[in-house]
Amino acid sequence: MSGGEPTHERIAVFGGVYSNHLALAAAIADARARDVDAIFCLGDMGAFGPHPDKVFPLLIENDVSTLRGNYDDSIARGLDDCQCGYTDPRDNHFAGLSYRYTYEKTSPRWRDWMGALPERRRIRLGDRRALLCHGSPRRMNEFLWESTTPDAFIEKLCREFDADVILCTHTGIHWSRPLRGGRLCVNVGAIGRPANDGRTDVWYALLQADDPLPRVEFVPVAYDHEALATEMAEESLPREFIDTILSGWWTTCTEILPMKERRRGMF
Amino acid sequence: MSIASAAARTPRAPQVPLVSLDYLWFQVAGTVCNLRCTHCFISCAPDNHSFWFLDLPTVLDYLERSRAWGVKEYYFTGGEPFMNKELLPMLEATLAVGPASVLTNATLLPERTVRRLAEIEAGSRYSLELRVSLDGPSPETNDPIRGEGTFERAMEGVGRLVEHGFLPIITAAQVWCPHEDEAVLDRFYASCRKVRYERPRIKILPSIHLGREVLRSRGYDDSEIVTAEMMEGHDLTTLLCSSGRVVTNRGVYVCPILIDDEGANLGDSLEAADRPFEIDRSACYTCWLHGAICTNTGHLGGEA
Repeated sequence: MSGGEPTHERIAVFGGVYSNHLALAAAIADARARDVDAIFCLGDMGAFGPHPDKVFPLLIENDVSTLRGNYDDSIARGLDDCQCGYTDPRDNHFAGLSYRYTYEKTSPRWRDWMGALPERRRIRLGDRRALLCHGSPRRMNEFLWESTTPDAFIEKLCREFDADVILCTHTGIHWSRPLRGGRLCVNVGAIGRPANDGRTDVWYALLQADDPLPRVEFVPVAYDHEALATEMAEESLPREFIDTILSGWWTTCTEILPMKERRRGMF
Repeated sequence: MSIASAAARTPRAPQVPLVSLDYLWFQVAGTVCNLRCTHCFISCAPDNHSFWFLDLPTVLDYLERSRAWGVKEYYFTGGEPFMNKELLPMLEATLAVGPASVLTNATLLPERTVRRLAEIEAGSRYSLELRVSLDGPSPETNDPIRGEGTFERAMEGVGRLVEHGFLPIITAAQVWCPHEDEAVLDRFYASCRKVRYERPRIKILPSIHLGREVLRSRGYDDSEIVTAEMMEGHDLTTLLCSSGRVVTNRGVYVCPILIDDEGANLGDSLEAADRPFEIDRSACYTCWLHGAICTNTGHLGGEA
């Protein structure tokens, strides 16, 4: 492998901003206070929360290297839906509400900006080759859940995409797994919505280069979730979304959860 | 669509390669089932022995070989998988390497079996999904298709699974009119609550017009075929044949729908079955229309 990729020692990585500009600002401040040398966002800037345009200046002003997620891809291209593949009528109802709101409230200049973002990014974390992506390296909207992602499947992705470390998001629930042979898969979770764990905090991942594998720490971020709930109510976003922000439990779009992850939640 | 049949007979039907072996299916009960559902597309029944049970060493061997392919999910089907006396050790071995799903009619789930399933599930980091087939939300709607008393027996099974911490996926073939979906779903939810299943997961599937279903409703007509034009711009990874194979006691077939079609037998190993398949069968049209409906994430009208 030739070089060329930027090398980092300590990075913060998050995904799933979902228009939660208050959590985004809090997560960036938290990461800066931990002396990271770069911050990465793995995509899905919109959905769920209020005032989607508020997140983009925060990302740019704070030099966050950002990828295009499926939501961003849909909004940028003006597709009919978010490409999450919901089929349950209730989930589709709420996903549709959220998508239409976000599409209408996202300025054309930010749609264009999202459309020009890369889908993947390669860096070095110490001497390990890391591939950053949204869903999976092979598919932007593929879900990598902890309970349905076998070691052998991760190893295949690492082989096919020439990577030691895979960093992804898309599911909204964080997990990591070291593998034999110096490989590592980290789903960095989401900072826009709680992790369906009954806590109002949101989560990002801190990675420190190390031998033989980078060290991973998931960092909970407390933010003014009540202020966000107020903004959401003012924007007439669904009560169900606000309940999630205030309770930490997912109330909608649960059909995609595998059994183990679904069972940990309330709904 | 009137010219589709003519188009289909010109040059060749589309070829679909195995892009990635994500889904490995085991036809663990062959075509042997304790029920004789009137819509079964491979006509399973107690006396249908055209495919026989897989044994544990065969499944273990394929599991071991499947690691090199990076398989993402394993599925167990039949017939009725719980008729295979080695199913539980098969699941335990599978859950050591990846997530497993069992497609069952839930009528053969005594307490000791469910208790053991729960132990196996608790011992793995991977999900064990139980997909319970029901074709109506009541005995009046379900039993004419699946057999007398099957609704009550299946719901007992569902209740027992729920009691042991499972969240079974109720899988129903759409044997009603599509405009009734919402009402039928509501009735399914109500029936589930009666067995204390408070947050039911329900998956609606289209009919596959093969096997016994041809007699119950209809077969495919000549226009229901996938042409080269229909594949232009179509994401072929939505077709199960691009991402799955099914192991039977008679070899590896292209998908679980087509095992009655000897032309869909691709050989005696995963390596032999790693070749393109010509999707010129009528049932391929259903898969083209609705996506890889057989997997847990595929639903009627959904994008797989």
